[in-house]
Amino acid sequence: MLLLEDVRKSYPQPTGGSVPILDIPKLEIRAGEQMVLRGDSGSGKTTLLQIISGITRADSGKVLFDGTDLTKLSESARDRFRAVKMGYVFQTFNLLPAFTALENVRLGMTFGRGKYRLDRAKSLLSQVGLDDRMHYRPSMLSVGQQQRVAVARALANQPRLLLADEPTANVDPSNQQKIIDLLKEVCSKESTALLMVTHSDSISQQFDRVEYLDKINTVLTSEVRS
Amino acid sequence: MALGVGLTVMVMSISGVVTKSLERNGNVGYNLIIGSKGSSTQLVFNSVYYLSSPVENLKYSYFLEFLPGNGRQEQFAKLGGNLKDPERSGKYAMFTSNGFVIPMCLGDYVGRFRAVATTPDFFNLLKHGDRNEDPYTFREGRNFVEESPEHSFFEAVLGSEVATEMGLKIGDTIQASHGASGDFVHEQGFTIVGILNATGTPNDRAAFINMEGFYLLEDHAAPERDEESGLEKRVTKGDPSKAAEDSPAVMVGARKRLPIDKREVTAILLRSDFAMGMQKQINKTPSAQAVSPIQEIASLLQMFIQPIQWALLTLTLLVCVVSAVSILVSIYNSMSERTRDIAVMRALGASRDTVLIVILFEACIIAIVGGAIGWIGGHALAAWASPLVEARTGVKLSFFSIHYPNELWIIPSLILAGILAGIIPALVAYRTDVSKSL
Repeated sequence: MLLLEDVRKSYPQPTGGSVPILDIPKLEIRAGEQMVLRGDSGSGKTTLLQIISGITRADSGKVLFDGTDLTKLSESARDRFRAVKMGYVFQTFNLLPAFTALENVRLGMTFGRGKYRLDRAKSLLSQVGLDDRMHYRPSMLSVGQQQRVAVARALANQPRLLLADEPTANVDPSNQQKIIDLLKEVCSKESTALLMVTHSDSISQQFDRVEYLDKINTVLTSEVRS
Repeated sequence: MALGVGLTVMVMSISGVVTKSLERNGNVGYNLIIGSKGSSTQLVFNSVYYLSSPVENLKYSYFLEFLPGNGRQEQFAKLGGNLKDPERSGKYAMFTSNGFVIPMCLGDYVGRFRAVATTPDFFNLLKHGDRNEDPYTFREGRNFVEESPEHSFFEAVLGSEVATEMGLKIGDTIQASHGASGDFVHEQGFTIVGILNATGTPNDRAAFINMEGFYLLEDHAAPERDEESGLEKRVTKGDPSKAAEDSPAVMVGARKRLPIDKREVTAILLRSDFAMGMQKQINKTPSAQAVSPIQEIASLLQMFIQPIQWALLTLTLLVCVVSAVSILVSIYNSMSERTRDIAVMRALGASRDTVLIVILFEACIIAIVGGAIGWIGGHALAAWASPLVEARTGVKLSFFSIHYPNELWIIPSLILAGILAGIIPALVAYRTDVSKSL
């Protein structure tokens, strides 16, 4: 489903020149696969997710998603592709504060297939256990509940791949496991592949596949950290 | 924006009322006003709106030039005095055969209102209203007559506002005073025999007295003039209490009347199918001018009213521009707080164009909602003031008195203002770097 080949990315320096951050010869994720991506801070985990999602364009290489090379698409085409094919769960949830939980989920649909499927939005919120909180604004929800809304929003367009960037980092330990269980469960149910970034050993142990960025990224760790 | 649009609607309403009021009052049922040479605007102001000071007078014999031979003879027999060739037709009589002429004398006041001395034809022949089809009707009483057994020549009809403000009723007597100062009040009174229904014309604010009675008041006879210079001769006034005895009026039949050569008129209201030709002919003469009230009012609107309207509209547009700038500033200031929201939307799949349109749409909505509130407020104020405006001008206003097509421009103007106000914040949103903002 997703194949990265010779993907390189570097960031320009204020003093001139650029610092390489990613050089991944190959990374493949199969349809419905659930995997964890680990790595030290600054190792390029978030950059990799942004390249996969098309938010950031790789300097070189190929990002093939169902045969489509995202690096060849225009920015607006990548936006559209992302909306339809991918879901994104952020570390800080990033719910829109003026919208209710239901509206946040429906917002995800707006940019996807352009259809408001109210029943699906309600069904997703129901799946994440928020039947009775659909019309609550984020400020009225607990941290754990907010992350559940974020998960429901990411799945709004029935994506082929869900990218989760440290989704449990801001959640208390009692809720961390619930979030992980929820992600694994709904992704299985929706046949959605899951690529999750985490630092947690206990979470990593619950996944069949764990990739270490330090191993798949050929950029020297010392360079990255500098 | 609400204030700006509200003010714009108010300016449009006010200028609409002023224009409509001037136009409808200019549509007076006669097509020429004839007066002595001088300012045409003053003649119209004086004769139609009862404003400004009266122009010089015309001799009554000049008025008789508009009557056919039998009319002149009839007047000569009734009034006496000197008139050359009374049996001949008046110089302009052939032009008025299908119309009418109504004389008018101005200069006196009743309280703060103008006294208009005229003939009963004023209310018998003239009409009013938008289509000039409505006859003058009486709230109480009747039209005055030239001579009545009970009041002789001294009957009066009051405009509705005069009767209301002065608390006058049928049977009361009014005394006209010379000039607005009211220093010299004529002893002879006029009995009120009728009170007009409100018409929304300047006639609501005038007291109409019988011209025959007017001529019999002190100092209303034409002054003696030097034959060579044409200037008034200086005369020493006698005892006011003996004014009636000093009057140049003479007995004609059973009543005293002022003879033709002692009479003057301030204006002649004329309706004719040949007004254009008459106007040119009269204006060639050295003593008189003929003015078309509609033309005069149109040029008045063009010269004075429209520039004022534009000035007011420009001011209100400036208020709208300031409002648009305030929308820009408020949205722009909120952009830093919303960068994250915009980045989230982008991450969820919104394109740069989408967030640009969303911000522009927001600015337009703010402008349109503000404008709608202002539009409703402006029209609500106009509707609230409607009874007062209608009483003063005869122009009806309602909440839905929309000034086509000017008000229709408000909608595209608001959208344009919204776009202009939103374009800078929208471009900021457009350039949001998602990877740095999440």
